[in-house]
Amino acid sequence: MKEGSKVNVREMIAKNKRAKSLNTIIEKVIPKGLLFIAIISILTTVGIVLTLLFETFEFFKRVPILDFFTGTVLKPLGDNAEFGVLPLLTGTIISSTIAMLVAIPVGMMSAIYLSEYASERVRKILKPILEILAGIPTIVYGFFALTFVTPLLQSIIPGLEPTNILSPGIVMGIMIIPMVASLSEDAMSSVPNSIREGALGLGSTKLEVTWKVVIPAAMSGIIASFVLGISRAIGETMIVTLASGSSKNFTFDVTQSMQTMTSYIVEVNSGDAPAGSTLYYSLYAVAITLFVFTLVMNLLAQYISRKFKEEY
Amino acid sequence: MKYVNEAQVQKKLNSRLFTNNIAKSLFFLSTLFGLVVLVILFYRVISQSLGWIDLQFLTSKLSTVAENAGIMGALLGTLWLMLVVAPITLFLGVGTAIYLEEYAKKGRLQRFIQTNISNLAGVPSIVFGILGLTIFVRGFGLGNIVLAGGLTMSLLVLPIVVVASQEAIRAVPSYLREASYGMGATKWQTIKNVVLPTSLPGILTGVILALSRAVGETAPLVVIGIPALLIPFPDSIFDKFTVLPMQIYYWTLDSALVAEYANLGAATIVILLIVLFLMNSIAIIIRNKFQRKY
Repeated sequence: MKEGSKVNVREMIAKNKRAKSLNTIIEKVIPKGLLFIAIISILTTVGIVLTLLFETFEFFKRVPILDFFTGTVLKPLGDNAEFGVLPLLTGTIISSTIAMLVAIPVGMMSAIYLSEYASERVRKILKPILEILAGIPTIVYGFFALTFVTPLLQSIIPGLEPTNILSPGIVMGIMIIPMVASLSEDAMSSVPNSIREGALGLGSTKLEVTWKVVIPAAMSGIIASFVLGISRAIGETMIVTLASGSSKNFTFDVTQSMQTMTSYIVEVNSGDAPAGSTLYYSLYAVAITLFVFTLVMNLLAQYISRKFKEEY
Repeated sequence: MKYVNEAQVQKKLNSRLFTNNIAKSLFFLSTLFGLVVLVILFYRVISQSLGWIDLQFLTSKLSTVAENAGIMGALLGTLWLMLVVAPITLFLGVGTAIYLEEYAKKGRLQRFIQTNISNLAGVPSIVFGILGLTIFVRGFGLGNIVLAGGLTMSLLVLPIVVVASQEAIRAVPSYLREASYGMGATKWQTIKNVVLPTSLPGILTGVILALSRAVGETAPLVVIGIPALLIPFPDSIFDKFTVLPMQIYYWTLDSALVAEYANLGAATIVILLIVLFLMNSIAIIIRNKFQRKY
């Protein structure tokens, strides 16, 4: 036998054992490491909640909580600063309402067309196009609202101010159309064909099948898509910041400039609020209000789609 | 026995069919509405940018004089931002996905992490900006540098990567895993040598889509305070920076003062959309080319 091929069995066993014990260590360490990574997403949530809570606490030491939630005057600068959040709340609610007035009907009708009427070929062309609409950055929509939609609306509504809540509301609605359309379409497509065919066999038209059978069956998914759309509209920032200006009037007139919670946060930050000032803390009070609003909407959407889901 | 009144059914039938047809065209027009808006938007932006996009625009520094302004700094800033976001989200996103899909027992903790991730996906981006401002910019004292912006963006887009990676891992057929176990491989060896390589195309697609979200996002960066000043080009992740969307934002804001800024804004939008288009194309190519069907 040659020298090189000699094998020391004892060494081989030892080597094998070492490799095995290394493997067992790896097998024990890896899950713990991965768990740690997975927990980072929880830490993010905790971080958000804690930072917002701490600074908001400080804010409510200076401004009574009741004044904040019932105050109709928001005048963060100057000697007699007042911090009422209602102007921002109305701004947010009005812009979201306008957005949903656009997104719900158009999105729903698109979903019905894609799910019930369109041939497979047409669907394959139209759906990706709608998805492009969803992929366009919001800053581009903001530019579009300010430089195109507002001048267009001004030629129809003479009293419209150069910055107003109507134009960003509409553009936000356009941005949300794909979200409502694709989520509703998913819900409607998952209604089994046997139910459709049953209704068609009884002599219904396609519209009657859609209206009386498919939509009721897909209702939970459709409502959930609306709620998610609202949540998206509430949190949208750049479109309203660019196209609605920063007027803090407490008004319901959609032709005027209004500020939303999100654009207030942008404005305060652009002004570089000195840390420790009431203005600085007001940022966190507004942000936590915004956070709670969207969180409730998202939880509601999850609850609706889980609770009222029809099983077939 | 009650019979159907045929005459009445016939009479109603026409109006029912008519309504059906009207509704059908209405639904079709609604679907086209999105398409029309898209065309108008592209047309507007491109026509406003005509004559403004040239080599000088792409390679120059920012300038208050519209004719001399360029977006080289913003392009580099966007690139640096991607260099921070890509590895972080890949590491954290895939790690979380492997834990949830392969290791976590179905139970409270797993459900809690999962719910938490879907809720994080719904948190407005501006709130992430505030988190970044408070923790990274002020808490860690990083200031408004690429690293702080990148960390903030990574947390923002993390849910996208996690969900995409989970789907990719779930799509790996179980017989591949079983074959690996059968050959004597341990769990981690199976994940490392079988599951991850098989699910890589799906994971990469998710990462690229998340990156394209980060590239187009403005609000968090506005909050952490990216300056509109004429700063030098960023050379590392510790430099101050600006990105394409921020440049669009500032130019659009000031377009009321200087009319040409609207053209600069439009030109930057065209470049941003081209960047996003390229990234999405790469994602689609990866998905189609490397995704095997089992």
